[in-house]
Amino acid sequence: MQRFVNDPDEVVEDTLKGFVKAHADIVRLSEENSRVIVAKDAPVDGKVGVITGGGSGHEPAFLGYTGQNLLDAVAVGELFSSPTAKSFLDAAKACNSGKGVVCLYGNYAGDNMNVKMAIKLAAKEGIEIATVVANDDVCSAAPDEREKRRGVAGEIFMWKCGGAKAAEGASLEEVRETAQKAIDSCRSVGVGLAPCTLPAVGHPNFSIEPDTMEVGIGHHGEPGVRVEPLKTAAEVGKEMANIVLDDHGLEEGAEVAVLISGLGATPLDELYILNDAISEEIAARGITIHKTYVGNYFTSLDMVGATLTVMALDDEMKRLLDVDVRCPARLL
Amino acid sequence: MQTFANASAGDIVLDMADEIVKNRGYLSDIDGKIGDGDHGVNMAKGFTMAAERIRGNDMSLAAALDTLGTVLLTEIGGSMGPLYGVLFMQCAETIEGKDEIDAKLFAAMLASGLDGIQSIGSAQVGDKTLLDALVPALAAFNGALADGKSFSEALDALVVAAEKGRDSTKEMTARVGRASRLGERSIGVLDAGATSCALILKVLATDAKEKLAAAGS
Repeated sequence: MQRFVNDPDEVVEDTLKGFVKAHADIVRLSEENSRVIVAKDAPVDGKVGVITGGGSGHEPAFLGYTGQNLLDAVAVGELFSSPTAKSFLDAAKACNSGKGVVCLYGNYAGDNMNVKMAIKLAAKEGIEIATVVANDDVCSAAPDEREKRRGVAGEIFMWKCGGAKAAEGASLEEVRETAQKAIDSCRSVGVGLAPCTLPAVGHPNFSIEPDTMEVGIGHHGEPGVRVEPLKTAAEVGKEMANIVLDDHGLEEGAEVAVLISGLGATPLDELYILNDAISEEIAARGITIHKTYVGNYFTSLDMVGATLTVMALDDEMKRLLDVDVRCPARLL
Repeated sequence: MQTFANASAGDIVLDMADEIVKNRGYLSDIDGKIGDGDHGVNMAKGFTMAAERIRGNDMSLAAALDTLGTVLLTEIGGSMGPLYGVLFMQCAETIEGKDEIDAKLFAAMLASGLDGIQSIGSAQVGDKTLLDALVPALAAFNGALADGKSFSEALDALVVAAEKGRDSTKEMTARVGRASRLGERSIGVLDAGATSCALILKVLATDAKEKLAAAGS
């Protein structure tokens, strides 16, 4: 595949340079750390800081959700590789107004370790970091091992609700609880049709045979639960909805938000085709859709495929989800 | 009793850095078979940066290990940055302020580093990680001391066990980290983390033995 790259080893640096130039009205690069993106108005007096971090290659996640009523700072890692503990620490410092910082991140080995080290380092500087670890990816572990599940696009709802709660002036514990509730309300599934390639590696990092699809695939190509013959979009959409809704166990009359994200190299029209089947399956179960998001929200380089996230809503989650935001991703 | 001086022993870390840089391509190649192929590059980057800060400053072993751990933790992300970072930082804390390093302190140093790794990571022995080199190496060192062997002899036992542990990862199925995606397909390839760990331990043991010999003569 032909690419717009200067140096395959400088993809993250070059992305960040272009990113801050494009969105200088909303974000800035940290003065202390060239791998930390900070909301322009951070730190906000009297507000709990809300941060995340993760490997690059998932744009617009993570950095694109920095902004008003959302994330205050984001630690940026190499492609598909956790940011350093120092970057998580510097993200926390950039938005700490004295009320503490909540780090809302996904359940991956590297991120878990770097965040743990950042918490230790921050404590030495008198900064309290609370955490919520996203684990919305249904196929990554069985229902009785939810703590082992990975975090995927449900993180966006976690950031949205946690960020909105913090913007209301809530305490660190209140923001943490809200973000925890948000991610507990989310279930996601991914379906992969073709693998992705790290530019510096130059070849795909796994393979999906022609005419097959991998159901339950992770954001870095982690294995799915099964490889199946490729079906029609209507059948795939229904299967995705069933995986998510069966795990969720929602009652008839429940209200949800739906997020369908492309994995990087799937055209938008195909996502809308999927949504047709997904929304019909949800409606058939007597569940009301409050809001639907369709787009490239959380990608995996040039992977072909899509993820579905369904979030169960109560009045508070609905209110927080509906708060207006201003962020570079411009998709919320 | 055999001991070596903490002061000026920071050159051990410079030798570790040389060894890692020498094996950059090899480590990345074995990582590339079941991981993302960046282990050698990332390790070499971190150790080189640390060596630049250590060289010419006549550091103690404690100061040099702290420098190395801090660089890995602050400059190298992913999983290896925090794992090796916490290992070396806790090793440094254990020997900080101690003039002489005897076998007991050496064992405590490695045990503390191992504790650090286990406090942030979830891997167990047998999961095809650097623990498969580090854990048996420390056990062999302690076992040799319990058998009445000298510090030098225990260091020999440590190296043998580290390399045996490294080799044992070849037949293991990766259960944590990126390679766990491959399940049984990860069998037949050495773990890159266990391999780099065995290299580091060998340099540490070899240099420590030289210092013991020099101190004893």
